Amino acid sequence: METTTHHEDLHRDDTASKLGMWLFIFTEILLFGGMFIVYSVYRYKNPVAFHIAHEELSIPMGFINTVILLISSATVAISISSIQKGDRKLTIRMLVVTLLLALTFLINKYFEWGAKFEHGMYPGSDLMANLSHGDMLFFSLYFFMTGLHAVHIIVGMILLGVSLYKVQKGLVHSTRFALLENSGLYWHLVDLIWIFLFPLFYLIH
Amino acid sequence: MAEHTEHKHEPNYLEYQGKYKGLLGWLTSTDHKRIGLMYFYAMMTFFLSGVVMGLLMKLELIAPGEQLMGAQTYNGLFTVHGLTMIFLFVIPGVAAVFGNLFLPIMIGAKDVSFPRLNLFSWYLYMIGAMVVLGSQFIGDGPPDTGWTFYAPYSLKTNTNVVFAVTGAFILGFSSILTGLNFIVTMHRLRAPGMGWMRMPLFCWTLYGTGWIQLLATPVVGITFLMVVAERTLGIGFFDPALGGDPILYQHLFWIYSHPAVYIMILPAMGAITEIVITFSRKTVFGYTAMVISSMAIAFVGYFVWGHHMYTSGMSSTARWVFSFITFLVAIPSAIKVFNWTATLYKGSINLQTPFFWAIGFIFVFMIGGFSGLVLGSLATDIHVHDTAFVVAHFHYIVFGGTGFAFFAALHYWYPKIYGKVYNGKVANIGLVIFFTGFNLLYFPMFVLGIMGMPRRYYDYLPMFHTPNIISTVGSWILAIGLIIVIVNLLRARKGSGKEIDNPWDGRTLEWSIASPPIVENFEEVPTVDHEAYDYK
Repeated sequence: METTTHHEDLHRDDTASKLGMWLFIFTEILLFGGMFIVYSVYRYKNPVAFHIAHEELSIPMGFINTVILLISSATVAISISSIQKGDRKLTIRMLVVTLLLALTFLINKYFEWGAKFEHGMYPGSDLMANLSHGDMLFFSLYFFMTGLHAVHIIVGMILLGVSLYKVQKGLVHSTRFALLENSGLYWHLVDLIWIFLFPLFYLIH
Repeated sequence: MAEHTEHKHEPNYLEYQGKYKGLLGWLTSTDHKRIGLMYFYAMMTFFLSGVVMGLLMKLELIAPGEQLMGAQTYNGLFTVHGLTMIFLFVIPGVAAVFGNLFLPIMIGAKDVSFPRLNLFSWYLYMIGAMVVLGSQFIGDGPPDTGWTFYAPYSLKTNTNVVFAVTGAFILGFSSILTGLNFIVTMHRLRAPGMGWMRMPLFCWTLYGTGWIQLLATPVVGITFLMVVAERTLGIGFFDPALGGDPILYQHLFWIYSHPAVYIMILPAMGAITEIVITFSRKTVFGYTAMVISSMAIAFVGYFVWGHHMYTSGMSSTARWVFSFITFLVAIPSAIKVFNWTATLYKGSINLQTPFFWAIGFIFVFMIGGFSGLVLGSLATDIHVHDTAFVVAHFHYIVFGGTGFAFFAALHYWYPKIYGKVYNGKVANIGLVIFFTGFNLLYFPMFVLGIMGMPRRYYDYLPMFHTPNIISTVGSWILAIGLIIVIVNLLRARKGSGKEIDNPWDGRTLEWSIASPPIVENFEEVPTVDHEAYDYK
């Protein structure tokens, strides 16, 4: 987020843009925080239904996606440290790997959701409407929270894609990498949220 | 003082011609001053349409029975009035207009940290406003839930709730980005020598506000998304028929919407502080206390949302805890009022229009504050909950507080913004009429509330007739005052006035530069070697 104004001078402040990104991450955490509150309340109210419903989710699928995101966090971190060292080639390679991993995550998600859709399980469907309250809340929260997370994955991919483009153009380099660093921060956030979503939906008994 | 210095070699921000000319030059400008003015013009438009809605409602209430409109129209009207005033005027209000115009100048910066993001916030604001206002005209009629969108009615009604809620979500996003921008600006762009404890107090209130915007707004954002999902996809988050919990909606809504009251009032208090200091021509009493009280209001204000829900169904422990914390907020607020009065003490007071507005603010804000204590304490709240008393209280705080401060700030900074002077006498007359109308309009509502008249009805029992007539007449007087104030300012804008740099002998940095400011604000970056208010 470099600041070009119509003013005569060009103003650049990397610390400011990083501070801005951290503040934005606070807001994202609170956004999901609201969801976590809702989840906790309904879990507390419907412990048995939540427990039974969670067994419908495929732990291997969730586990694979967790590993994918963890690796992608590592690759994005490598790309940032390599741009700082001036290794453009490795930066690009690592960013491409990150983007591919993100895509794999979404494809997995697609199959996971798709299987549920095939069984007639999606928000607004007749099947959902006929579930018990607890089951329905569980799956509503599941679709809503993982859906919102998927939106964040896509936003993160756009940010990383722009960074990749700018690295290739030489606009992001070893002395000017705030954009890449911020995109990386954002990506870690997306990863972090999943780290909470995975146990909440797939693992907790 | 007040002599005009020539700055002919540098164009001011109003006349500046960049890459694009005319209107496009404004719409693409990242200059914080231009963005502030764009907020101002948009906001005044929304504010005036909100005023018209308010006047219509008061007209309906002039006598029992149906006068102008039926129940459904009235329900739509108070919802839209609330949405417009809350989300389009008072929440962004003082911060987006005067914060944008003066925050960078007051800390000696050329602009905010992220000028393009700032412009983006304005566009988000406009889009959000269009969506909210659009909900009135398209689809199945204006939302009729009240601005709070309480579940489960907001999930059941056939009116345009989805649109209104989506608009509010976009507006929240705009608000978050403005807050973020201001916080970073204050961290990074203070001029050399401008330490944290040398910042003008208006900046400190914007700092506190910025944090509330960041930490509270996302919660209501996600809540509104859930309402949209619930209405469009039939997910049962808040609908008890589907296993949801409507009380949970109220909690989530007020977790934001109570702190939002402090988003409205903190910058207003900041502007009043600046005015009281300048017109007392005396250093502020208790600078540190003012800083701490601003941050304390921001912090404590985060934990009092439950006081909106005493009658909704909470455990009695939760209720007395919320009541207790609510009383705590009165402490920093009172510190501010005491410090204002202590600043006035032995000051050489300059009786001018902005000062009168500020005194008006303190008067109505105190009435609003004390009536807030009635609502904050459990036993009395049960009696007046959801009555006209509540309406009177929050109009004294929101309109009397933020609205008065907005006009005070406008009259205070007007010469700086436009380089023109308005007619002080006419402005004072307008203020007196406005003030009279304001009190006639809202004070009878306290009485009505205690008598038991519920809020949000287009009709009432004959026993409530007399105070309602006074209230309606008050609304006309207020409107006349408002027209005088606005016409007076518009006429000054047209050129009946002279250019002036420091008409009030202000000591903050914006008074050290030309009026209107040049594009870069300062000819050279200032170095600050004294405390914020350097009166000898």
